Amino acid sequence: MIRRVGLALLAIALLLAAAVVWLNSRGEEPVPADAAPTQGTPEQVARGRYLAIAGNCMGCHTVPGGDAYAGGRAIDTPFGAVYASNLTPDPDTGIGTWSADHLWRALHHGRSRDGRMLYPAFPYPNYTHVTREDSDAIYAFLRTLAPVRRANTAHTVGFPYNTRPALAVWRALFFSPGGSLADGTQGADWNRGAYLVQGLGHCNACHSARNLLGGTTGVLDLSGGLIPMQNWYAPSLASPDEAGVADWEIPEIVALLRDGVSPRATVIGPMAEVVQNSTQHLTAADLQAMATYLKALPQQPPKVPPLPASAASAASAPGVAPLATRGRALYDQHCVQCHGAKGEGVPGAYPALAKNRAVTMDPPANLVRAVLLGGYAPATAGNPRPYGMPPFATVLDENDVAAILTYVRTHFGNEGTAVTALEVHRYRTHD
Amino acid sequence: MSLRSLLTRALLGGLLAAPALAAPPPPFEDSIAQRVQACTGCHGAQGRAGPDGFYPRLAGKPAGYLHHQLLNFRDGRRHYPLMTHLVAPLTDAYLLEMATYFSQLDVPYPPPAGRPAADVVARGESLVYRGDPMRDVPACVSCHGERLTGVAPAIPGLLGLPRDYLNAQFGAWRTGKRRAHGPDCMFEIAKRLDLTDINAVSSWLASRPVPVPAKADTSLPAPLPMPCGGVPQEVAR
Repeated sequence: MIRRVGLALLAIALLLAAAVVWLNSRGEEPVPADAAPTQGTPEQVARGRYLAIAGNCMGCHTVPGGDAYAGGRAIDTPFGAVYASNLTPDPDTGIGTWSADHLWRALHHGRSRDGRMLYPAFPYPNYTHVTREDSDAIYAFLRTLAPVRRANTAHTVGFPYNTRPALAVWRALFFSPGGSLADGTQGADWNRGAYLVQGLGHCNACHSARNLLGGTTGVLDLSGGLIPMQNWYAPSLASPDEAGVADWEIPEIVALLRDGVSPRATVIGPMAEVVQNSTQHLTAADLQAMATYLKALPQQPPKVPPLPASAASAASAPGVAPLATRGRALYDQHCVQCHGAKGEGVPGAYPALAKNRAVTMDPPANLVRAVLLGGYAPATAGNPRPYGMPPFATVLDENDVAAILTYVRTHFGNEGTAVTALEVHRYRTHD
Repeated sequence: MSLRSLLTRALLGGLLAAPALAAPPPPFEDSIAQRVQACTGCHGAQGRAGPDGFYPRLAGKPAGYLHHQLLNFRDGRRHYPLMTHLVAPLTDAYLLEMATYFSQLDVPYPPPAGRPAADVVARGESLVYRGDPMRDVPACVSCHGERLTGVAPAIPGLLGLPRDYLNAQFGAWRTGKRRAHGPDCMFEIAKRLDLTDINAVSSWLASRPVPVPAKADTSLPAPLPMPCGGVPQEVAR
C-alpha cells in the first residue's frame, strides 16, 4: 500500500516536473550554433539608444557614479540581492561574445548566453513583449558602448530560491513568452502606449502587487503594490483613489512623465528616478501614446464614495482626535510654512495636501517616507530647479510622524484614516 | 509634581514656544534660498551649521568644494542616506547653483570651542603648520591656505567646524566611507595619521577663531604637496 502511494506520488512529481520543463521551453527555438556578434546600422544604434532609455536599462545596470551599463547595482528582493550584470561589450565580463540572437533570447525567454535561467528581477516577463526589431536595435546600441572590464557580482539569493528547479517552477507559474500586444480595436496611440507601458517600460514591475513567490498577475495588472524592500508604494494606475489618470487631460499626464510635475501631481521616490532616467527623454509622440493608454485603463470603482458634508466625519472617527490635536501643533511648527494653514500648498512649488489623494491613499507608506526623508522632485528640462522638502527623520519620532499624518489625512477636507506609530515604524524600516 | 512646578513649566513652555508661534512664516519667494530649504532644515538657517556638530556649516565654503561634495553624495563616493536621497534626482547644473549660493553667504561664525590641553595644542599646531615629514604628512596650511580659510574653488577652510565633525570626517576617510575623485589625497593623509594625531588636529582647529574676513584665498601659497583629484589642475600648480 505504502509502496503504491509512493509510486503514485513519484508519478505525480514526474508529471509536474515534465510540465515545468515543457512550460519552460514553450515557443523557444535554440540559438543557432554559429550566432556571432555583429554590428548594427547607425539607424539601429540610434534607435537602440532611445529604446534602452525607454526601458531604463541604465537604472539597474549602472551603479550611481559608475560606468554606464557596466552593471553592479544591487536589486534587493525578499529572496536576496540580485546584481545587475555588465552590458558593455567586454568579452570576458560583459556581453562581448553575445550575438543579437542571445540578447533576443534574454529579453524574450529570460535566459543568459549559456542558457541559464535569469532571475526575474530582470523584467523579462515584460521584455518578452519587445519586438525582435527593437531587440536587435538595443543589441546594436549596446555593441557601441566602450567595453568596461567589471566582473559580475555574485547574487546573494538564498536557498532554495537560487536553484535551477526553483527558477523553473517560478517561470512555469508566472511567465509565458509573449507575442504581439496589438489590439486591432484600439487606435495607434493606444497600441504604441500599451507596447511601451507593458513592454520596455515594465511599469507593472512596481505598479502591481507581488505574491509570496515574487510573482505578479501579469503585465496588464497596474493595480498598485508595495515595492519589495524599498517600502515605497507604487500606487494603482487603475484606481481613482490612487494614481489613475482617467479623468486627467492628456497634457497633464504627459507633463508628469516628462517634467516630474503637473498641475495634478508631483513624482517623488522611485518614480522620480524613472522620470529622471527614462520618461523625460521620450519623444512627445511616445509620451502622448503612453498617456493615451494609461488614461484608457479600466478603472476600479472608488473605494470611498464621496459623501456630502462629510468634512467632519474623518476627523471624528474613533482614535483620531487625540492624535490629530498633537498633529496639528506639530504641523503648525514644521509644515505650515510651505504647505499652508489649510493644506493649500504653493502651486508649482509645494504640493497641496488638501484633497490630495496621495495624502489619503492607503497604505500611507509614501507619506511616511516623504516626511522622514524629505526630497526633491526630479530636476528635468521642464522643471530644472525643483523645490525641496527637508528630511524630518532627525527631528520627529515615530509618534510625531503618526500624529502629523493623522492630522493631514483627516483635515483640510481629506477623508483619510489615522496613521499609527507602528505603521510609521513599518514603512521607515529600510530608510 | 507640585502645582508650582507645573505652573513654571507651563509658563516656560509658553514663553519658549511663543516666538515660534508669533513669528509669521516668511512669504514664499521664487528664489534659490527658498529652494534650498531642504538643506537648511539640518544645516541651519543660511547654512550656518546644525546645532549638534554633525551637520556642518555650508555658508562661505568654496563653491567647487560644496559642488564636489554634493556630487560625491549623489554618485556614491560619500555615504549618508538622507543626503543621497535628497540630491539623487538633481542635475550637476542645479547642484552647482546650490553650491554657489551657499558659497556666497557671508554670515557670522559661532565662537570657537574651549582651548584643549597643552600637549594637544602643541601636537595639533605642529601638524597644522609643519605636518609630519617622517610620515609624509603635509602641513594643513600647505593646501588649506595660510589662514586655514581654504583656497577657492575646491579646497575648504578648516576653521569654524566642530571637533566632532572633523574627527568624524577623518574616521570616514580611514574606513573608506568618505571618498573623492582620485587621487584621494585626504584618504591617504588620514591613513598616515594615528588617532592621537587626528584628535590633536581636530581639537586645535575647533579651538581657533575664524579670521575676519573668512573668505577663501584665491591661490595656493605653493604647488600642492601631493596630487588631489578634487582640485582643478590650474589651481593645483
